[in-house]
Amino acid sequence: MTATVQTLEAMERPPVSMGSRLEGELLEVSMGPQHPSTHGVFRMNVALEGEIVRKLKPVFGYLHRNHEKIGENASYLGSMPYTDRLDYFCSMTNNWAYALSVEKLAGIEVPERAEYLRVILAELTRLQNHVSLLGFLLNDMGAWGTPLMYAFRDREKILDLFESLSGSRMMCDYMRFGGCRVDASPEWLARAKKIADIFPRFVDELEQLIVGNEVVIARTQNVGKLSSELAVSAGITGPMLRACGVNYDVRKVDGYGFYPRFKFRIPLGEHGDTYDRLMMRILEMHESVVILKQAFEQIPPGPIINPKVKIRAFRPPIGEAYGRIEGPKGELGFYLISDGGPNPYRYRVRPPSFINLTVLEDLCLGHTVADVMVILGSVDIVMGEVDR
Amino acid sequence: MSEGIDEGLRSKLQQQGVWVTSVQELYNWGRKNSIWPLQFGLACCAIEMIATAASRYDIARFGGEVFRPSPRQADLMIVAGTVTKKMAPQIVRLYNQMADPKYVIAMGACAISGGPFKQGYNVLKGIDRYIPVDVYIPGCPPRPEALLHAFMELQSKIDEQKLSGANKAAHLEPEEPSEFPVPEFGKHDLEPPANPNVFRPPAIERA
Repeated sequence: MTATVQTLEAMERPPVSMGSRLEGELLEVSMGPQHPSTHGVFRMNVALEGEIVRKLKPVFGYLHRNHEKIGENASYLGSMPYTDRLDYFCSMTNNWAYALSVEKLAGIEVPERAEYLRVILAELTRLQNHVSLLGFLLNDMGAWGTPLMYAFRDREKILDLFESLSGSRMMCDYMRFGGCRVDASPEWLARAKKIADIFPRFVDELEQLIVGNEVVIARTQNVGKLSSELAVSAGITGPMLRACGVNYDVRKVDGYGFYPRFKFRIPLGEHGDTYDRLMMRILEMHESVVILKQAFEQIPPGPIINPKVKIRAFRPPIGEAYGRIEGPKGELGFYLISDGGPNPYRYRVRPPSFINLTVLEDLCLGHTVADVMVILGSVDIVMGEVDR
Repeated sequence: MSEGIDEGLRSKLQQQGVWVTSVQELYNWGRKNSIWPLQFGLACCAIEMIATAASRYDIARFGGEVFRPSPRQADLMIVAGTVTKKMAPQIVRLYNQMADPKYVIAMGACAISGGPFKQGYNVLKGIDRYIPVDVYIPGCPPRPEALLHAFMELQSKIDEQKLSGANKAAHLEPEEPSEFPVPEFGKHDLEPPANPNVFRPPAIERA
């Protein structure tokens, strides 16, 4: 951290008297890019009065990997492995969002079994993303190590499933236009069902650890409140929006994939504070398990990929398409413009973490500098997706 | 490892309950079993680094679980992920702030060469252009087992370092630099594009 002392002349005087020697003076602190709790290489320039945040300016771009430019130069299928590395926790949902937009662009049908496999893998991804988020969030709150160990213990079980299906733990590269790459064996489905069956027990264990915990309540309740008006006008999506009480889930709104066939509820928060955002993840995990159980019962045998899709020399017709899904972090969309060539003319990602991060200053103002880390953790960002 | 001590005499003494060692051996034994890495993740590989430190793979078995957020307390920098041109100066600065002796593991294809993002305009083509790298791990991302293997390779490297003599370790030589110039973002690119004292690209031979 580097620090410089600045006078408050240019900035407005805070309404609350801090009663400290630093009253009227702002201390400018640069947090990051190397910081244990910034979830990657994120930097915030914070103006502090005592310990209270008066200004916060995020600095992005430390992980700008030219994803969109590379996507415009690579073939349509060639971009699929790059989407794994967008939000590197949730490669399956990234694959699905990209495959969905190309399928929209080229008008490709997806076989029934492939749709079910996609739902299963997306919900497993949601489970492992939310579990690791809870681990990291508690880590940021000061529960050093232990919750993260519990969270990663159960994340590894899901990663094992991904590995035995796709060959890779994290970068699965599993979806294809018009289906999936490899079929799931009955043994794999049985194993996945077993893990989905025992998962609620683990979630309950974690819930018991944190929900009634005095420290967690003190650190999260009434911290980082987001009003539903601001959330809607800032384009916030995902669990962060639903924590404010806005009922908006792309799974229900769009009904993409086979989601209309499943019975599940959308958990909603009330206050929009960090505690609600934390609880939203726990409740969503229970709903994901509900979806998984129905999917394992309903999944039919059959082909997993549409045989009419050309793999080599894939050229969709001229046009544009926007495909979106409800990723674990929010609405993940891909916007593609095709000029009839082998690679997209324009390739744009609508990253949920980046857009959810835009309200960070509004959430943090008036809170202490220690709360900034907790609020940032509850927004659930991944820098690969923010900077792309 | 233990020059000067006769192996036969040593094992005879061990049978009598007397353990003999040299200062160098003891020093290296202590150092290699308490490597403290810098808690510093860049991209996807950082998640595998956390998985290595977490419950299943458990880097604590090798004495490396003490991830320090401050470079002043760290012995090892694991460059885990894509190094962009905006981030490279900070990495060199962090390396300069680490205390000697210090080691670097380049984890993953991106840290080695730019990896899948090599064609990107903002991606550094390998961190070994600016700081010396001890162990390279290929993979995108490397599995936790691969990181553990790199850790063991680094341990054997530390074990072989000499305290004195002609081949003594580089960090004991006062003339050897332990800090390297931090690159700056110039008009078009990082300046200099590579540190010639560190970066030794393999010579390309064409038949």
